[in-house]
Amino acid sequence: MAGTGGTAADAVEAVFRIESARIIAVVARIVRDVGIAEELAQDALVAALEQWPTTGVPDRPGAWLTATAKHRAVDLVRRRETYARKLAEVGRTLEDVPPPEPVDVDDIDDDLLRLIFTACHPVLSAEARVALTLRLLGGLATGEIARACLVPEPTVAQRIVRAKRALARAGVPFEVPAGPELPARLDSVLEVVYLIFNEGYAATAGDDWLRPALCEDALRLGRVLAALMPQEPEAHGLVALLEIQASRTAARTGPDGAPVLLADQNRTRWNRMLIGRGFAALERASATASAVGTAPGPYALQAAIAACHAQAVRYRETDWAMIATLYGRLAAVAPSPVVELNRAVAVSMAEGPEAGLPIVDALAAEPALRNYHLLPSVRGDLLARLGRPAEARAEFARAAALTRNERERALLLARAEACGETPGPEGVPEA
Amino acid sequence: MPRYLSMIRIDEQHTPRPEDFTPDFQQRMGALLEEITKAGVMLDTAGLAPTAQGTRVTWSGGQLSVTDGPFTETKEVVGGYAILQAKDMAEALEWTKRFLRIHPAHLSVTSEVREIAEAPGAS
Repeated sequence: MAGTGGTAADAVEAVFRIESARIIAVVARIVRDVGIAEELAQDALVAALEQWPTTGVPDRPGAWLTATAKHRAVDLVRRRETYARKLAEVGRTLEDVPPPEPVDVDDIDDDLLRLIFTACHPVLSAEARVALTLRLLGGLATGEIARACLVPEPTVAQRIVRAKRALARAGVPFEVPAGPELPARLDSVLEVVYLIFNEGYAATAGDDWLRPALCEDALRLGRVLAALMPQEPEAHGLVALLEIQASRTAARTGPDGAPVLLADQNRTRWNRMLIGRGFAALERASATASAVGTAPGPYALQAAIAACHAQAVRYRETDWAMIATLYGRLAAVAPSPVVELNRAVAVSMAEGPEAGLPIVDALAAEPALRNYHLLPSVRGDLLARLGRPAEARAEFARAAALTRNERERALLLARAEACGETPGPEGVPEA
Repeated sequence: MPRYLSMIRIDEQHTPRPEDFTPDFQQRMGALLEEITKAGVMLDTAGLAPTAQGTRVTWSGGQLSVTDGPFTETKEVVGGYAILQAKDMAEALEWTKRFLRIHPAHLSVTSEVREIAEAPGAS
């Protein structure tokens, strides 16, 4: 019996998902608006779903979809009246939008980059950037984004509509920034990808410790970005960091779904292929940085730290001195209380808890960490190792009260409970 | 987003001739591989040396036995593989079809696409 590999509609959907970002990107260049572009891409999908079951799937389905959407876009721009009305819906007039570029120039990569930079534009809030990027570039449906980000679907739908309007209102040009504007704008793009990854990697709220689907969407976006901007060291640095962090996914959760800390993970469950890809990306980051004569940036440094962990076959073989040095360099290029906290952990592992405690205590008054559960969690850990269980217990209890993640709360309460027992050199908060 | 192993099965008795791989074929295959990589989908891919250079080691009845290739009794052997990361099987199959369509019409190539089983939380 011949297999189908799923229904015809599944096949059409798969083609659309593969192509949708590129279709939207090509069309946006013509109509100068991502919202209108997305509508036209959807129209092309509807046309495919109507026609392909009878005509059969064309030889180059992606090209068919893009051509159909492009054709509609050109048509729309030609019918100035309709185009003006469409633009008015998003709060623009024909006068605001530059004339479309010649449509016979096809540089899809360039169009895709424009789409990425537009979706991650700083005029949008971080939440809006995340939602719009997942929608336009990740090809996620509104419902999928809602489930991934733990917000009601109407909220996400609203967020996306508002984001499109905000872009239109601000008259954000559909282009890749050039010259001095590029570094800051690239930071904004990398930050969105990293935010998406982290939302999946250390689920800040809810019952799951980990939402791997979101990590994978982010990783895919990061890989696309690094392929489109191969000359950017930090794009490779970010991919390196995400590949190595993602390599630990299978080991980060126990059989009951509880988090497993880095110290306790079964390292044979780390995915060696992803680690290998991470190391390769890290080499590209360092080669491209040397080529332009810059020092490693924050993502490359964090990737180097992740690489140190990946290189240790057993936890006790971790090169903490190297990790402490790398955190020092990270603190120099991207100072933050969280980096300092991580440096305290590394120093305590390299030189002993008494060396880490002063660094942690120096952060006690840091307003940014006032409600950050990892501060008391780390402090509790150091106190436990210093043989001060009563103080440690209080810190773990405080950390448990601060975290919004149920799984983590249970873990912290268990550690508070365990403070009556013999303290051993235990977990590091990062898992 | 699951990962898939695509095992490319070929008939070793009828291996393609060098002239099957025209510059046009090479160029189109190169373009497709670049596209799959740029889409963030291709994680790893390679071709395998002929089974004549391979060896099978079997554990059965508490005994090891070793058989050197070529494995002529097997009509189709794995000649290459790709590891893809895709949203679902439908997407993995779409990329696979694109890969196969590039090959000359008179060649017979099979891609067996299998999801890589991930057992989260079993430590």
